[in-house]
Amino acid sequence: MGLAKRIIPCLDVDAGRVVKGVRFVNIRDAGDPVAIAQRYDEQGADELTFLDITASSDARDTMVHVVESVASEVFIPLTVGGGIRQLADIRRMLNAGADKVAINTAAVFNPELVAEASSHFGSQCIVVAIDAKQVNLTQKLPRWEVFTHGGRKPTGLDALEWAKTMVNLGAGELLLTSMDRDGTRHGFDLALTRTISEAVNVPVIASGGVGTLEHLAQGIIEGKADAVLAASIFHFGEYTIADAKQQMRTQGIEVRLC
Amino acid sequence: MKKVIVIDYGMSNLRSVDKALEHVAGNHWQVQISNQAEEIRRADKVVFPGQGAIGNCMNLLNQTGMAEVIKQSLATKPFLGLCLGLQMLLTRSEESGDTAGFNWVAGTVRRFTEPLFDPDSGERLKIPHMGWNQVSHVLPHPLWQGIPEQSRFYFVHSYFVTPEDRQVTVGTTQYGPIEFTSALAKENVFAVQFHPEKSQQAGLTLLKNFLNW
Repeated sequence: MGLAKRIIPCLDVDAGRVVKGVRFVNIRDAGDPVAIAQRYDEQGADELTFLDITASSDARDTMVHVVESVASEVFIPLTVGGGIRQLADIRRMLNAGADKVAINTAAVFNPELVAEASSHFGSQCIVVAIDAKQVNLTQKLPRWEVFTHGGRKPTGLDALEWAKTMVNLGAGELLLTSMDRDGTRHGFDLALTRTISEAVNVPVIASGGVGTLEHLAQGIIEGKADAVLAASIFHFGEYTIADAKQQMRTQGIEVRLC
Repeated sequence: MKKVIVIDYGMSNLRSVDKALEHVAGNHWQVQISNQAEEIRRADKVVFPGQGAIGNCMNLLNQTGMAEVIKQSLATKPFLGLCLGLQMLLTRSEESGDTAGFNWVAGTVRRFTEPLFDPDSGERLKIPHMGWNQVSHVLPHPLWQGIPEQSRFYFVHSYFVTPEDRQVTVGTTQYGPIEFTSALAKENVFAVQFHPEKSQQAGLTLLKNFLNW
């Protein structure tokens, strides 16, 4: 017995509404972030991650209100990502009730932000999100590169080296997404997850590609991840988080059952 | 109406604590965030949530005079310390060079040794200790009321307390080979390493118990 591996549902929020085809039964308003967060909380989610995919900067304030309302009703850790560019953005989200912020593109363009943020607010609330793509598909020893802008823009940075750099600068946790797998429902990139997780001493959250409950367990057992993040398998009501935890438990993974 | 103050020393994420207390406060308690010495002195109970590095925390408390107010509170009223609010109660911490605490409980705050391995699986354990872990009630306490033994709470920390007097340890948690004090109680003070404000039902029950204590 000891520390449980975590399951983290991820909610994409656009102008204050959860998007990406959420089809919960018995929820009057399927796009309401508070209702969905409460549902996941009841099912036993260990944390929640909100990604702000709002395109226009005017609508950014909406995210602050979303975080405020969720944090008043749901008492598990909340991570907010998307559009975090400076210390002021982080402070705003933490003041609204977020516990951690995920920094992605801004870390690539300004790595010092990670150092400043972690010394200012503590490493525990600074998550660095890394979007990685395999770049040498033909060779035996795989290599991954960091991409930004939803996997469209290569950065030239080696994902493994980048992960280590981010941890050295003060990242308290890494949210690692395989852009090859994201949206495919073919499972995590286990080689990527394992390579990064074994190379750093902070927790790694595996993300991108979950299509079945078995995939979640694989991320922990084979990928050596400390937490697994998924969106669509929970959103569409195919499985509940409780289902996922039962499945993980049968595989010998320590989970928190509510 | 009675008043519980969440002490604001300028660094911590007070919002979560404030919201969780509001959630369980009912009609009898007013929850307020404050950095005003006089308000804190008049409060019926105080909660001290701490985050970040303890060196910065103690410096700020000493510079602002808040340290005196905290010492008074420790001596006079129900006090709930969370995370750094637990660690600062000890004599000293290894963090930030060597940091002096309030010495309200004799002992030191130590870092998890690296690398840390799980004795059963041989797997390397990550630091910080982050996520949901179990708490054993090694001594009975009113704040455990209604909380099942071995309930999970949310932790995020790299340092843990080692009090000299074993009688102050009311809860312990196992991380790999290390069993550490995750809850400590002495007279009117209760302090925990985990975050009850982020620990769903078990955490809310603990906060409610503190208000009823």
